[in-house]
Amino acid sequence: MPIARRSILTGLGAALAMPAVMRHAALGADPIKVVGIHDASGGLDIYGKPMIACLDFAVAELNDAGGLLGRPVQLINYDPQSNIQLYTQFATEAATKDRAAVVHGGITSASREAIRPILHRYQTLYFYNTQYEGGVCDRNCFCTGSTPAQNVNKLVPYVMKTWGKKIYVVAADYNYGQITSKWITKYCHDGGGSIAAVDFFPLDVTDFGPAIQKIQAAKPDVVVSALVGGAHISFYRQWAAAGMKSRIPMASTTFGGGNESLVLSPEEGNGIVAAFSYFQEIDTPENKAFLQKFHAKLGSAAPYLGGELAMRTYVGFNLWAEGVRKAGSIDRMKVIEALETGITNEGPPGRTVIDGRTNHVTLNVYLAECADHGFKVLETYPQQPPADTAMVCNLVKDPNSNRQYVIDVKI
Amino acid sequence: MDLAVAVALQVLTGIATLLIISLGLAVIFGMMRVINLAHGEFLMLGAYAAILSARAGLNIWLAMLVVAPLAVGAIGVAVERLVIRRLYGRMLDTMLATWGLSLGFIGAVTMIFGNTVAGFSAPLGSVAIGGYRSSGYGLFLIGAACVLIAGVWAVLRFTPAGLIARGTMQNPEMAAALGVSPSRVYAIAFAVGAALSGLAGALIAPFSGVVPTMGTVYIAKAFITVITGGAAMLAGTLSASGLLGTVATLGTFATTPVLGEVAMLAVAIVLLRLLPEGITGRFFRRSL
Amino acid sequence: MTGRRPTAEIAAAVVLAAAAIAVLPRVLELFALINATVYASMAVLALSLGLVWGFGGILCFGQAAFFGLGGYGYAVAALNVADTTWAVPIALAVPAAAAALLGYVMFYGRISDVYMGVITLTVTLILFNFTNSTAGDQWRIGAAPLGGFNGIPSTPPLNLPGDPGNPLPPERIFAVAVVCLAACYILGKLVLRSRFGRVVVAIRENERRAELLGYDVRRYKLGIFTLGGFMGGLAGLLFANCVFVSPTMFSLFYSGQIIIWVMVGGLGTLAGPIIGAVLLQALTTWAGTLPAVNPSLILGAVLVAAVLALPKGLLPTAAAALRRLRRRDAAP
Repeated sequence: MPIARRSILTGLGAALAMPAVMRHAALGADPIKVVGIHDASGGLDIYGKPMIACLDFAVAELNDAGGLLGRPVQLINYDPQSNIQLYTQFATEAATKDRAAVVHGGITSASREAIRPILHRYQTLYFYNTQYEGGVCDRNCFCTGSTPAQNVNKLVPYVMKTWGKKIYVVAADYNYGQITSKWITKYCHDGGGSIAAVDFFPLDVTDFGPAIQKIQAAKPDVVVSALVGGAHISFYRQWAAAGMKSRIPMASTTFGGGNESLVLSPEEGNGIVAAFSYFQEIDTPENKAFLQKFHAKLGSAAPYLGGELAMRTYVGFNLWAEGVRKAGSIDRMKVIEALETGITNEGPPGRTVIDGRTNHVTLNVYLAECADHGFKVLETYPQQPPADTAMVCNLVKDPNSNRQYVIDVKI
Repeated sequence: MDLAVAVALQVLTGIATLLIISLGLAVIFGMMRVINLAHGEFLMLGAYAAILSARAGLNIWLAMLVVAPLAVGAIGVAVERLVIRRLYGRMLDTMLATWGLSLGFIGAVTMIFGNTVAGFSAPLGSVAIGGYRSSGYGLFLIGAACVLIAGVWAVLRFTPAGLIARGTMQNPEMAAALGVSPSRVYAIAFAVGAALSGLAGALIAPFSGVVPTMGTVYIAKAFITVITGGAAMLAGTLSASGLLGTVATLGTFATTPVLGEVAMLAVAIVLLRLLPEGITGRFFRRSL
Repeated sequence: MTGRRPTAEIAAAVVLAAAAIAVLPRVLELFALINATVYASMAVLALSLGLVWGFGGILCFGQAAFFGLGGYGYAVAALNVADTTWAVPIALAVPAAAAALLGYVMFYGRISDVYMGVITLTVTLILFNFTNSTAGDQWRIGAAPLGGFNGIPSTPPLNLPGDPGNPLPPERIFAVAVVCLAACYILGKLVLRSRFGRVVVAIRENERRAELLGYDVRRYKLGIFTLGGFMGGLAGLLFANCVFVSPTMFSLFYSGQIIIWVMVGGLGTLAGPIIGAVLLQALTTWAGTLPAVNPSLILGAVLVAAVLALPKGLLPTAAAALRRLRRRDAAP
């Protein structure tokens, strides 16, 4: 298993090469402090490590180009160890002790909802750069990943058209999985399909034997997974071991967000379809140039970027930097107002535009199929707006909003 | 009908898994009256031993069935020498010390290999039961559980070492008076228990994935199974895993994995309330 | 156990608490002060097990159950009432009632040591599994969604009694936590001085003898266990006010940590568990900032070393010396 060995080595290499605090003393002026809070250990590190690598890279790139407003950017990375309580601790520390200009971080929706109210209370700008279930309505918080109206909306019609209309949903048992499964249900019904069943699994479940028998008994045309984290990878493994791979096709809203496609063997992973706003394999000159620089800088420690989480962290940081440039200040309110004018980033995943009404983004969505430890891009859907959050959130009318709306999905 | 067979197979796999993960703990508890809370980490170390030697190019079956038990057995010898031996007769202190070992092993392995899920795919393909498909490896686990139980039973029942072990288990003072060194018997029992745990860890690894913290998922289940079973190590573990495995698997089928596990835990509590000495405190008292 | 000494200890506790409230908010940064509040809630939790295990002789593997119930009790009640003061009695009554029920099942069922450990552990696991699976919309109590894995991050903090629009700032919450810690310590001292407390200790020393002397052992055990549940719940309430409640409060890791604190600090003392909790919390927090060392490794090494080298905890000689002194004082 050479690939799996390599992934462990790169993980180790990244951990060793990255001191918890990165200081850039090269530029003279007082540094601008940026805090990153991502899990570098624990069950969510499969997402966290590439995100940290991309944030480190983005900051280094900015500093190499002369910093921001003539000042260097100092990145402080905290590792909450996949523990939500450490998230709250580090968010408080970032706001009250480091007095960070911006906090980038949070992976699961649980971690975001733990730190977002804290950063709102202490008036510290917050960027959440992950695909999630939508609905956050908070001027202080910019969500730069894709949401169900962007990804599930493409994935579900595709699988129904390709494989059939009876869908079985398996999802992680927390707010992401709960809400995403509702969107899957909605888009399935919209397309005239039916849901065989929805099963939820806590993040530490590793034995999927009974679940696989239940799926077989329900005889769906396709299984859609919204499973999350390291433990849930064993679902794909057991699914293949039971010989189901060749019998019922699978799609996922999360597969490939971390290192799933690397950890699984091609026999286990190939053919699983996913939709994200980025894949490392998308074939554009911007992406090629980025990857070349990224690999030149990190060498063998460069992680596989997979789905969008790591890339969105890179884009999110650059959106913030552009906002600061436009505002000419790191003052929170000025930066927010600058960002809300519709800051645009032409990055590796294509164009990303901030929607000032929701503080979410319009982005390109790609549909891809897992192939030999990577992905093969099948479809591109340019410039998808965050239509789901826009249904419930209007920050122009309600600038003091500070909550996540659970969108009442009409099933 | 096919579904019934498929479900029955799943139940048997559930029971076999519970049995496999509990047996090492049961041997140590049955022989020494020591609760080894580092048991979960013995499983984890067995899984790592298997995966590392398989990656080094060793045949997967050799890695799982030979390397894992030998490696963890050796660790067991060291643990017994350095810690357990100093705490004989202090059950509570032994529990706490092994808990400390458990945390220490998790920390050490995390530092060496990182807290990342590794894993290998289940060898053996799938089998068809009518219209249903099931993992061939599940069948292998059922077979492995039977072989393990039969093996331990045969050793205890038919070999001179088994005779000494049973004697020491029933009356250590008398055994000592007859010239058997209880501390030597205990050392061997602990090593055998550790080896069984290492083997168990390697056996469940293809299903569970391998992470430094994987033991914590299993220790509570194993602990509850062994205590619910009671004093007789084989009959107790067998009856408890039969009962609890059935409840957990059927519960999972009927509801969700969480409620399945809750049902199993609730049954364990009710059982302990009714039979405070465990199942074998009331039934099968004279068995092994 | 009567005499001047306990009074002196109570006075010392009052003075220390007053000093902490007066000084720490002035010298600590907000972040450190919030951490100090967490430490205080952990110390209350350690104290609760110190009482149950160290004096009642009941090893509870599930003290985290009462911690979590107190936290969840507070969070759910606080989201449902305008004045969060009313959430306090609920947050204390729920874990105390749970402890009473569990204690009744165990002590009146004559379940002994190891089996008691398994039952308390199992109950905690059930609560963990249950709360972890309540992410769906249908899991809400009144206005409070239980939130599953997420927990309840938006719990309103305590307010001044009768003034719902005025939530306490972190400095005040810290003061509340310190007062609660001192109060629990003093309560523990008073209980141990009472006739009830002396019988509880007698039962720990020799259950059979106490029974033959005519004491209903089960009732006394139930009493001290319920008191421990109450204090564990109070710790959960404080924790909900400085961090937030989530299923990890019920986790095996917490249950284990509490035992380690008490063990390292000193079994059979009240100050020991407090010292153990604060020291080990500081140690793990510090270890968490080291890039190369895993905190679990340090915690594990400390525990093994404590069992092998200091089986009675950090305060063994001190406590023994104190006890001798006290006996000499009490003799005439």
